[in-house]
Amino acid sequence: MASITLDRVGKTYPGGGQAVTDVSIRIADGEFLVLVGPSGCGKSTLLRMVAGLETISTGTVAIGDRVVNTVEPADRDIAMVFQNYALYPHMTVRQNLAYGLKNRGTPAAEIARRVDEAAAILEIGAFLDRKPRALSGGQRQRVAMGRAIVREPAAFLFDEPLSNLDAKLRLSMRGEIRLLQKRLGTTAIYVTHDQLEAMTLADRLVVLNGGRIEQIGTPMEVYRRPATTFVAAFIGSPAMNLIPAQIADGALTVGGVRVQLPLPSGLDGPVTLGVRPEDLQPRRNGGDGHLTLDVSYVEDLGAQRLVHGRIGGHAMVCTLPAGHAVQDRLFLHADADALHLFDVQGGRRLT
Amino acid sequence: MVEDRPWLNRLTHLVLILGVLIVAFPVYVALIASTHPATAFSTGVIPLWPGDQMWENYSLMMGSGLSTAGAPPLAGMILNSLIMALVIATGKIAISVTSAFAIVYFRFRFRQLAFWAIFVTLMLPVEVRIVPTFKVVADLGMLNSYAGLTVPLIASATATFLFRQVFLTIPDELTEAARIDGAGPMKFFRDILLPLSQTNIAALFVILFIYGWNQYLWPLLITTDASYYTVVASIKRLAQAVDSVPQWNLVMAAVILAMLPPVLVVVGMQRLFVKGLVETEK
Amino acid sequence: MKRTIFGNQVLPWLLLAPQLVVTLVFFLWPAAQAIWQSFLREDAFGLNTSFVWFLNYRALLNDGDYMAALGTTAIFSVSVAALSMGLALGLAVSVDRLVKRAPLYTTLLVWPYAVAPVIAGILWWFIFNPTIGILPYLLDRVGYDWNHRLQSGDAMMLVVIAAAWKQVSYNFLFFVAGLQSIPASLREAAAIDGAGPVKRFATITFPLLAPTTFFLMVVNVTYTMFDTFGIIDATTGGGPNQATTILIYKIYADGFLALNLGSSAAQSVILMAIVIVLTMIQFRYIEKKVAY
Repeated sequence: MASITLDRVGKTYPGGGQAVTDVSIRIADGEFLVLVGPSGCGKSTLLRMVAGLETISTGTVAIGDRVVNTVEPADRDIAMVFQNYALYPHMTVRQNLAYGLKNRGTPAAEIARRVDEAAAILEIGAFLDRKPRALSGGQRQRVAMGRAIVREPAAFLFDEPLSNLDAKLRLSMRGEIRLLQKRLGTTAIYVTHDQLEAMTLADRLVVLNGGRIEQIGTPMEVYRRPATTFVAAFIGSPAMNLIPAQIADGALTVGGVRVQLPLPSGLDGPVTLGVRPEDLQPRRNGGDGHLTLDVSYVEDLGAQRLVHGRIGGHAMVCTLPAGHAVQDRLFLHADADALHLFDVQGGRRLT
Repeated sequence: MVEDRPWLNRLTHLVLILGVLIVAFPVYVALIASTHPATAFSTGVIPLWPGDQMWENYSLMMGSGLSTAGAPPLAGMILNSLIMALVIATGKIAISVTSAFAIVYFRFRFRQLAFWAIFVTLMLPVEVRIVPTFKVVADLGMLNSYAGLTVPLIASATATFLFRQVFLTIPDELTEAARIDGAGPMKFFRDILLPLSQTNIAALFVILFIYGWNQYLWPLLITTDASYYTVVASIKRLAQAVDSVPQWNLVMAAVILAMLPPVLVVVGMQRLFVKGLVETEK
Repeated sequence: MKRTIFGNQVLPWLLLAPQLVVTLVFFLWPAAQAIWQSFLREDAFGLNTSFVWFLNYRALLNDGDYMAALGTTAIFSVSVAALSMGLALGLAVSVDRLVKRAPLYTTLLVWPYAVAPVIAGILWWFIFNPTIGILPYLLDRVGYDWNHRLQSGDAMMLVVIAAAWKQVSYNFLFFVAGLQSIPASLREAAAIDGAGPVKRFATITFPLLAPTTFFLMVVNVTYTMFDTFGIIDATTGGGPNQATTILIYKIYADGFLALNLGSSAAQSVILMAIVIVLTMIQFRYIEKKVAY
């Protein structure tokens, strides 16, 4: 068990491409940290730098108190679960689990004990003597986890481990990973492009974009107070509505409607207003400060309805309870603390 | 295809049976010839039905050979051929698999140069540069030796490229998992790479065994000592000596014996053979 | 290109060493020797060697025998390629039509691949033996007097048949693989469009086999230029009257039998150039395949 500290870490490829820029994160012992972002945001590169599979161009990575920049992957006391599992196809499950321990010179009895223990935890005891190709996707996933567990490492590194599973299995494995990590208390870094996976698994999540950190925080912090428009659009589903608005004389105008909001002083001019579809509440009629949505179409998701429409010419989505009637026009209200204001240029949060 | 044209089906089988017969015909004739006494060939035409001298002919060739033709017993030559084929096949695979490993899994200075040096061997069959190669082997004192028979033929660009292809298809994650599991390069090579290339190695072995066994010009040139003769290279010597005093029965017995091992390998390991053939050429 | 590589700098050289040493000593050095030798000429007693620039090459181009060998090689290559590929294609198309028994026929057709060229030569040499051979006996009945020892045409026929016989199995396997890679749906679509079996072959199957056919043409030419040495050497010895002396046989005859080293070396160099061109063509083909 150990903490992991990334201090101003950067990665420049030989060709000059900048994959990761100036990333500093301190991951506490036993914490479950999720790196999330769209493909190409540098999240996998960052994880692979912690694993020792990519060289570190600038900054330092420390596991516990030890800076590991030049330490071989095998000596970093970490275990990794790969997206395609990377099980050795010619070895049985048992051999797959034991391989790393054997290379370390662990005594045979100890290997057997740990393999059996991991097999019991993951319920893979029944097929310890099978080859990976005889296993289903979910079983392979468990074996890959098992290979990480037997190492009893200071940290688990997960590189999109659920991406190759079907939706249903992904859901149940997600729960299992979470439970397992809490039970073992091992520090974990988990990479995913799926914001829902990130929200549900993380103690804290790090949103990455273009090789830089957009925001670090607990899932609810990131959800409630996204630091940038990128985070606002990326976290939450359906995505947050982001529409242009105006501030003049201490009042906010959206689509021709003045909205009452306690604004910080000194703001003036155009801003981007963010409001989550689920924070928009329907009102019977167009009262003061209510937004008017021209409805385009409705999607029924069962538990709720997604209403797509336009406000002052800008696309907008709102979530309504199932069965709520929708006419051509919808009057919407949002509480002041559900409105997010962002800088138009940099997309930074203003409030 | 769901289609039933009886005449076309009959034609198909006719073509194939004719093909099989044409392919088998020369060998059938040779096999028949090897069962007759020498007198059967003095007049008229080749016999087309089996004779009763098979055992005598074959045991004579295996055991004592044709002293008049300067041909030693076939048993010894077959052993030499076997040694040559096995050493060439094993050697080619061994040095190709390590070369491919170096080229695919390491970045080092002059890597491209090394790659091209090996590539060139693909372009230069031994027959093309036979005179200077012979001279090099002679200068190294390797005439009339197993080393001389095998080592000059052991470099192989084809096998190196095949293994390179195979290694390139092995996922990077497997290498990374092995690194995290504490496997260094050689451990990875032994524990992961070689087992994963097993079928390719076996398929290649079949092809290379045939290649080695069927070598003709090279052993012909560098062996003057009968104890190093190989059976394929000696066929001409036998046939020509016999041309004046026809002992066709014995020559054909030798021919059958010389082709039997590689043919058995192809028939017995057809699947591996086809895999090896199609892969090495692609 | 591998993402994961090992950092070692010495180990790769150790791994490459055996291959590189063999390549240098037995391939590159002799090839360099051949090039050097091709610019030299020895006097009749082998006492003096002088550097003669391109004299050996010029002599070759003016040498009727060499030009004849070039022509012989071309005729031999084209005949063997056409004969063996034609037969192989017919057999491959037939096997491809079969639902049952295809593996049996395949087994019965592929084994000649394992027969050494020299043995293939001896087999047919025996069948065509002018005194006791079975085919001359039959040909005699229809009024043809076969004698490859005296008649150039007969000798060429003999080596072409022997070389093609051995190569049919190889071509067959590649044609079968080529046919199997053509999606059945294409032929089914053509059948629905009303094309009969013959028309389907001509308009769909054969054009789609073009890459395989081209590849095999290159391979067959390479095969006839080098691997058939044993056939020539064991049956006709390049005769009669040099009628079956192909380039590779001439290098051997001039270098080892006539000991005309300069000329033999120049011939080697020319042949190497031809091989390099053929290899390049082959690689272009492979690259195209990879690009698919």
